[in-house]
Amino acid sequence: MKPSDLAALRDEPACDHNLKAKSGCARPKPGASAGGCAFDGAQIALLPIADVAHIVHGPIACAGSSWDNRGARSTGPALYRLGMTTDLSEQDVIMGRGEKRLFHAVKQAIDRYQPAAVFVYSTCVTALIGDDLPAICKAAEQRWGVPVVPVDSAGFYGSKNLGNRIAGEVMVQYVVGTCEPSPPPVDPARPDLKVHDINLIGEYNIAGELWRVLPLFDELGLRVLCTLSGDTRFREVQTMHRAEVNMIVCSRAMLNVARKLKERFGTPWFEGSFYGVRDVSQALRDIARLIGDPNLSQRTEAVIAREEASADSALEPWRQRLHGKRALLYTGGVKSWSIVSALQDLGITVVATGTKKSTEEDKARIRELMGEDARMIEDGNPRELLALSKEYQADLLIAGGRNMYTALKARLPFLDINQEREFAYAGYRGMVELARQIARTVENPVWDAVRRPAPWDLIALEARHG
Amino acid sequence: MAEIIRRSKALSVSPLKTSQAMGASLAVLGLERAMPLLHGAQGCTAFAKVFFVRHFREPIPLQTTAMDPISSVMGADDNVIEALKTVCEKNRPAAIGLLTTGLSEAQGTDIVRVLKTFRELHPEFQAVRIIPVNTPDFSGCLESGYAAALRAMISEWVPAATVKETRLGCRTRQVNVLCGSLLTPGDVEALRELIESFGLHPVMIPDLADSLDGHLDPEDFKPVTVGGLSVNAFTTLGNAVATLVIGASLYPVADLLYERTGVPLHRFDHLLGLAANDQLVMTLAGIAGHAVPARLARQRAQLLDAMLDTHFMLGQARIALAADPDLLHAFSQWLAEMGAEVVAAVASDRAAVLERTPLAQVQIGDLEDLETWARQGDAELLIGNSHAVDTAQRLGIPLLRAGFPLYDQLGGYQRTWIGYRGARQALFDIANLLLGHGHGGVAPYHSFYSRKDDHRWETMAYGSEQALVDCERRH
Repeated sequence: MKPSDLAALRDEPACDHNLKAKSGCARPKPGASAGGCAFDGAQIALLPIADVAHIVHGPIACAGSSWDNRGARSTGPALYRLGMTTDLSEQDVIMGRGEKRLFHAVKQAIDRYQPAAVFVYSTCVTALIGDDLPAICKAAEQRWGVPVVPVDSAGFYGSKNLGNRIAGEVMVQYVVGTCEPSPPPVDPARPDLKVHDINLIGEYNIAGELWRVLPLFDELGLRVLCTLSGDTRFREVQTMHRAEVNMIVCSRAMLNVARKLKERFGTPWFEGSFYGVRDVSQALRDIARLIGDPNLSQRTEAVIAREEASADSALEPWRQRLHGKRALLYTGGVKSWSIVSALQDLGITVVATGTKKSTEEDKARIRELMGEDARMIEDGNPRELLALSKEYQADLLIAGGRNMYTALKARLPFLDINQEREFAYAGYRGMVELARQIARTVENPVWDAVRRPAPWDLIALEARHG
Repeated sequence: MAEIIRRSKALSVSPLKTSQAMGASLAVLGLERAMPLLHGAQGCTAFAKVFFVRHFREPIPLQTTAMDPISSVMGADDNVIEALKTVCEKNRPAAIGLLTTGLSEAQGTDIVRVLKTFRELHPEFQAVRIIPVNTPDFSGCLESGYAAALRAMISEWVPAATVKETRLGCRTRQVNVLCGSLLTPGDVEALRELIESFGLHPVMIPDLADSLDGHLDPEDFKPVTVGGLSVNAFTTLGNAVATLVIGASLYPVADLLYERTGVPLHRFDHLLGLAANDQLVMTLAGIAGHAVPARLARQRAQLLDAMLDTHFMLGQARIALAADPDLLHAFSQWLAEMGAEVVAAVASDRAAVLERTPLAQVQIGDLEDLETWARQGDAELLIGNSHAVDTAQRLGIPLLRAGFPLYDQLGGYQRTWIGYRGARQALFDIANLLLGHGHGGVAPYHSFYSRKDDHRWETMAYGSEQALVDCERRH
């Protein structure tokens, strides 16, 4: 990728970080960086597209240590779950045989698995030795008659966030608009219903979260043309340009997709979240508002009223159990404010929250929810998180999986909120699951057991103190 | 305190209970050069033998008095005498457990008197130690039969301190261990090693770890048990410094031993989980006057870590249990320690320990009851013996195999549940079973409006399982 292209990607006018020196896509700091690389970001953004063969072009480390480690789920094809890589050898690198190997790799993937398309991800080594990814992909596509999309995403280009953007950019550049959607199915029970098309950008269907909100969209007569990229098919990405609204779900990383679709096709977009009762309702309202169909707005309000009432009564017993519990929140990709409001819905006090990736606007919302003195954590290294949880007497740490064992070793209850999680917390019903999982860890008797010293140590201690 | 729900059905379906005679046989199989002799029809022995052979995958010595129609009506004393004589002559056992069955008990046999007659008639077999045990299968279960046999051994073979020359604590390192039927041979072995790590000499009563641990002996076939506790060891029990008893079903037996010998008694309902093993380790440290070995402290720390790693799966996990009372109680206490929820508990028979168990209700019943309760409680995991495989399948949940019999997989008899390490492994196994069963996922939702064009995938190997299931449903 040319420096000018990279600079263009870093410059995201729709992102509030853009104006600040310390942006989400800023250069990582040597010796003190924890997040993933651009390749990681590009791959995770697109991997959930289920009927695509995802080939990682490079030596083994890139695919070898990252395949099959995420919880995105599919209703149909499981092709995306296969790890595919050209696994370049030293000879390949020295002799420049990478391109040839890639060409054959694409053929093998097409012959064996008949994918709807092939995505090829470049990595540091192949970018460095100068393999011409777009040329190979073009040649392969012409030769085998299956779309082959180059994703130029070498790790050294930058952070994971930048990788997300690269992925979005590639979709807009190569895929979106290459196919028209079929007319929406007609529900015999409501033949006259006007069906509206929407896209959900940045929703990955982790643990099947999407399936908690899709029923609501069906009820409202909203067709999700494409989810970028949870439980998605290649063809759906091709039709994204026909949506009437784009919703950016909980992550700014693919803002560029929404912005470009707005530029090219005039689709309005908004940012929303499916975490927490208030936010789900707000998202539904925003969709109806941007579509501007009064009938839809009316039905949306009715669904919101019904769902909020039922969620409220379902959450009541959990609120009683969890009331007064203190949580320390440190999220990675998902929006802190969204989770904060979800936790507050459960009667939990959020004592501090991570804001590493938050914008000024996000922080304002957090202050609004948590009060002016809200403690914001910029750098959530394990030591810092543990010290804070002690200082604020947190009952629970809610963070990404990488912090799980930090918490457990410190005998602190923990809830995984990031991409590796096993439970779906989105939608109205997801809140009950969130409550259940919090109770599952916080109320567990093992905490008492592991905090007590061994009985023989206790006796020794007592003896020492007379 | 648990409410005990009595059996109210006429029909027992998929029984959980195993007979008392089997339990008594099991206890006798833990003695050296022993032979259980079932006083009943041939079938009583044949079935029992098949049961044990399938469970242990070992040849099992077991004989019968072979009652026939005439002796069943006219009296079978002669059968007993003939059977004892034949076994003594042919098999040269050190000990025989003379165990009654439903048939001989219903007939009204008096085995104590018959045994006396045998002794008078055949003084040449005086050296063979014989215990008579009443084990009708119309009462009790495996656990109570096992306890009855141990009681008979203590009662017959342990001399009272006042009459014999046993001296309390003169063997300063000896610890008697009454091993309940909830312990597997693997457990007994681990327990012995644990006690030895404190520099103590345990006497395992009975020693199933020496007879039924599944070892290949230098000798080939022997008609009696190979390995096990020597009968002579019973005379030394009074010299020990302490007695441990594992399993509440053996408390009355332990009381009898204490009465006879005065050796201080330490009771353990079971040895599953952190609390129980802490108690055991502290007791042993006290007896030995010995610090806790560093290795054990490390194993404890490993267990704590496993408890944290697995609590995400075990916490609030809904579990259904079916077992004999001691084992049921053990699992209930341990699962409560882990924050799991027992939604169905079925015991094979009544026992005092059930009233202390930390459950709301315990049903005395069968695997059909278990299935009903488990379904009602929306159980996520079943713990029970191999008979519960089909139950688990019908419920669509995984099964953790425990108890008697375990015949559909190998090695159940050597599995170690006790100690910090046993607990750790079991936690991992339970968590894995829960994980492997799609623990916590949302069911795939097929949207009406956003339809996926997946038809071509349904016939392909890399279409997901769900797609294949849906496909089958459509056709």
